[in-house]
Amino acid sequence: MAKIIVDGVEVDVPPEYTLLQAAEAAGAEIPRFCFHERLSIAGNCRMCLVEVKGAPKPVASCAWGVRDCRPGPNGEPPEISTKSPTVKKAREGVMEFLLINHPLDCPICDQGGQCDLQDQAMAYGVDTSRYHENKRAVPDKYLGPLIKTSMNRCIHCTRCVRFTTEVAGVSDLGAIWRGEDMEITSYLERALGSELQSNAADLCPVGALTHKPEAFHYRPWELTKTDSIDVMDAVGSSIRVDSRGREVMRILPRVNEAVNEEWITDKARHIVDGLRMQRLDRPFVRVNGQLRPASWQEAFGAIATKLKGTDPKRVGAVVGDLAAVEEIYALKLLMESLGVTNIDARQDGTVLSPTYGRGSYLFNTTIADIEDADAILIVGSNPRIEASLVNVRIRKRWRVAPPAIALIGEHVDLTYPYAYLGAGPETLTELLAGRHSFAEALKGAERPLIIVGQGALVRPDGLAVLSLAAQLAQSVGAVKEGWNGFSVLHTAASRVGALDLGFVPGAGGLTAAEMANGGVDVLFSLGADEIAVAPGTFVIYQGTHGDRGAHRADVILPAATYTEKSGTYVNTEGRVQLANRAAFAPGEAREDWAILRALSDVLGHRLPFDSLNALRAKLYEAYPHFADFDRIAPADVASAVQALAGLGGSAGREAFVSPIKDFYLTNPIARASGVMAECSALAQERRLVAAE
Amino acid sequence: MLQDKDRIFTNLYGFHSPDLQAAKMRGAWDGTKFLLEKGRDWIIDEMKKSGLRGRGGAGFPTGLKWSFMPKQSDGRPHYLVVNADESEPGTCKDREIMRHDPHLLIEGCLLASFAMGAHACYIYIRGEYIGEKHALQRAVDEAYEARLIGKDNIHGYPFDLYVHHGAGAYICGEETALLESLEGKKGMPRLKPPFPANMGLYGCPTTVNNVESIAVAGTILRRGAAWFSGIGRPNNVGTKVFSVSGHVNKPCNVEEAMGLTFRELVDTHCGGIRGGWDNLLAVIPGGSSVPCVPAEQIIDANMDFDTLRNLKSGLGTAAVIVLDKSTDIVRAITRISYFYKHESCGQCTPCREGTGWMWRVLTRMSEGRAQKREIDMLLEVSTQIEGHTICALGDAAAWPVQGLIRHFRHEIEKRIDDYAANPHSEPAMIAAE
Repeated sequence: MAKIIVDGVEVDVPPEYTLLQAAEAAGAEIPRFCFHERLSIAGNCRMCLVEVKGAPKPVASCAWGVRDCRPGPNGEPPEISTKSPTVKKAREGVMEFLLINHPLDCPICDQGGQCDLQDQAMAYGVDTSRYHENKRAVPDKYLGPLIKTSMNRCIHCTRCVRFTTEVAGVSDLGAIWRGEDMEITSYLERALGSELQSNAADLCPVGALTHKPEAFHYRPWELTKTDSIDVMDAVGSSIRVDSRGREVMRILPRVNEAVNEEWITDKARHIVDGLRMQRLDRPFVRVNGQLRPASWQEAFGAIATKLKGTDPKRVGAVVGDLAAVEEIYALKLLMESLGVTNIDARQDGTVLSPTYGRGSYLFNTTIADIEDADAILIVGSNPRIEASLVNVRIRKRWRVAPPAIALIGEHVDLTYPYAYLGAGPETLTELLAGRHSFAEALKGAERPLIIVGQGALVRPDGLAVLSLAAQLAQSVGAVKEGWNGFSVLHTAASRVGALDLGFVPGAGGLTAAEMANGGVDVLFSLGADEIAVAPGTFVIYQGTHGDRGAHRADVILPAATYTEKSGTYVNTEGRVQLANRAAFAPGEAREDWAILRALSDVLGHRLPFDSLNALRAKLYEAYPHFADFDRIAPADVASAVQALAGLGGSAGREAFVSPIKDFYLTNPIARASGVMAECSALAQERRLVAAE
Repeated sequence: MLQDKDRIFTNLYGFHSPDLQAAKMRGAWDGTKFLLEKGRDWIIDEMKKSGLRGRGGAGFPTGLKWSFMPKQSDGRPHYLVVNADESEPGTCKDREIMRHDPHLLIEGCLLASFAMGAHACYIYIRGEYIGEKHALQRAVDEAYEARLIGKDNIHGYPFDLYVHHGAGAYICGEETALLESLEGKKGMPRLKPPFPANMGLYGCPTTVNNVESIAVAGTILRRGAAWFSGIGRPNNVGTKVFSVSGHVNKPCNVEEAMGLTFRELVDTHCGGIRGGWDNLLAVIPGGSSVPCVPAEQIIDANMDFDTLRNLKSGLGTAAVIVLDKSTDIVRAITRISYFYKHESCGQCTPCREGTGWMWRVLTRMSEGRAQKREIDMLLEVSTQIEGHTICALGDAAAWPVQGLIRHFRHEIEKRIDDYAANPHSEPAMIAAE
């Protein structure tokens, strides 16, 4: 620890701290534009200048380390001042320079009210301008459908450039020209090719980069802010849902060091228009082959009539990717009371199951601990599109000091270099037998990490592949005291919660695929849109959007999206998180648990709760770990891996293929979003160009 | 006045051949092995004792700079980088060295690299110096061929020398921007600390020296520190190549003793001021970045670091730009201001925004289209830039403006008054014309 005096206050800080951090530790506020905790230090805005006693000129506190300060002549701790007249003058000077070429268009600027420049000009600027020359004009750039540019406003802090190169891992943004002609642009003004690009607009301290889909839609102070959880993938990023009236206006990331740091994917952010479009706002019943609007009573009546004459063995229930724990639990209870054992939450056909223990299907390592791994093997996954923020963590790990990283599966661009070992299970077998050079790297590693993706598991021989991976984990010592290196990467937000609840076929029950292929006469689909149901089955679809599931349905029960209900989600690590309601469902749509409760009444098997709280009380009684928010209930990984390893089986030869074909269109909400459609078309175009 | 026997650059004017054989006859490469055998510490010590101050402009003691390099390598290689990106307007000394006395430079590179444990040296040469690049490359090839340098050379110290040709940006003469450019990146200065001696080229300990500082090293070591420190005035010793340009009768490059007076310099070597001494208006004594000094102060001033610093100017690169009374001093400084606006890298705010502002205000002032209060504003803007930037370009842009206002405020005021008295100095244009 090093002592330093900040404005007369002596503080003890680690010597590697910068002066800015030391000042914050001492309670002094330092304005900044270019500095950002998660990006490299640029030191170019010069707003954070402070005075160091003994230094001839003010220094940039974001870049100057405490250990770079010289002690006083008699060994006194170094002294800095953040409030002296010199500092005040320096800040005013920099602020004036930033403003001379900044347009005065705050009233029409989307950044207004959330603008660092506005705030700091109020706090550190002067009230008039002495600049009487013409202001600089800069042509706006095209950066794709998500980021709107207004380059006159750019203050050249280069946060966006640093974000895209360092965090997102694409070198699409850069600065051209020099001096006052410097311009931020993409190469030949091509759309940015990152699935995290919108974060660059968040980072922009001024209104140069704003969110294009939200342009001119709202003012930040009009919005009601609700903390929630993203369900677009299984990472469970922390988000803030901002709504005005009954409409969700935007989604922002929330800082959560354990999961998403402060980034979210473009899909998590920009599906907002998908929450409005294609919504199911009233029940429908299929009459003579056509869906007709109906009342809730009629819809329930149709279901009751159908179920009355059906053998419970010919009834099934499938849960989709976006369902919360509460409604899965309610559905499970309802199916139990009807005597139905055909239940499954794995519409993609993954082989994961609670049978082998909770450790067999969790991302046991946890996302944050990826940063400690010293050898990483990815099996059958493309984390960049399946769980972008997991990929960001791996990249972050790689940037600190490149560990050995290898991949078995599709040879894709993960934004960091890796050893490509092979395409299918055979390579895994070879690795296990030690016939591969990477086996040495894994064995030699202290904390090896094996990530098994759904690409390896959603196939007939998935269990054998999973077993191979578990054997490999055992043989390289990936699971030991203090380190859990066996991790399964999920793609569906509902999956881990459903597996925790045991929403898998009971004794003699059918799997989702068997049910969909005519194994049942009546299928209850809780938002399962990614599975095609064979003709002949009577489908009850409870969901939010007029998507694949609804098209196939015989009865449609309109439900609420994740922003319209309070729901528990468990992410791929097994972290229990609560999503809160930010708005109300449209029309006659209701929260899912309430629909199931009402239906149970009509079916004569009334569920034992009348409120969400009562439901949760029962849920927590049966599954106590759901009450422990933001934490991961420890799983017995060693025995789970042992159980998996013991399964054996023979794996096939087919290559692993990621289940996600199109990052932007993975669920009904995203498919309803015009913004996502545009992104998807652009990505498709890029793939075609790349293939040429 | 410097005697011929004390000149280091005996072929400054290219009267003789620059090739290896001729250079050897002039004394280059004489006893280099003997010097190397005396050891690293001796060389650095001798350089310190010689009192040589860096010839690139800042005047930092060269021996001291060399001693900042780690004594023991921590596994990273050490590098010497020679800054031959001589772009300061008015300065043209290094090009003569590289054209006509390149072997002094190459020998100096070997000696300096040896002194700091570097086995590789890069010479970063200015983009516009095409002929100089070829001349230097030819000399390097000669030295390789004669096994004076190279992996296996007659001096027994493996040493490689690379000539890197820049792309023509003034800012790449700033040492850290030069390193960035050398690494293949955009030439933008780095934040310091860490200083290049710890984290320089490719993250390795690096020393960046001016061409002249390196080129004089061989002769200093051969003739001894006492000889070098015996020339000139205390703390400002040795010989220095002055580049005199502007309104003198015979502009020239000349190697002279530090600390001779301006009058001596001009009278002896440049044939006097155009139109006589009474016609002298001002002098920019150290390249365009230093403030100008009015005639009465400069005429009998010693041309050295400390005297000129006391005149609130600087010796800089010793590029003496002489301005006689025919000069429109406001327009001259405006042009300099435009240069700095044009060469600002755009990385940090005060320089990026401030240089353009100063240039625009000066452009108006040079016509008189300004208010008198704007003079003070301009001065304040220049102090807002000075000392607040990452590199010294901000200072370099601010100083000429400060010099102008300090010494020629009356000139600007007169310009403003004239314009106010007759705002249409030219007849108003009529549409049909």
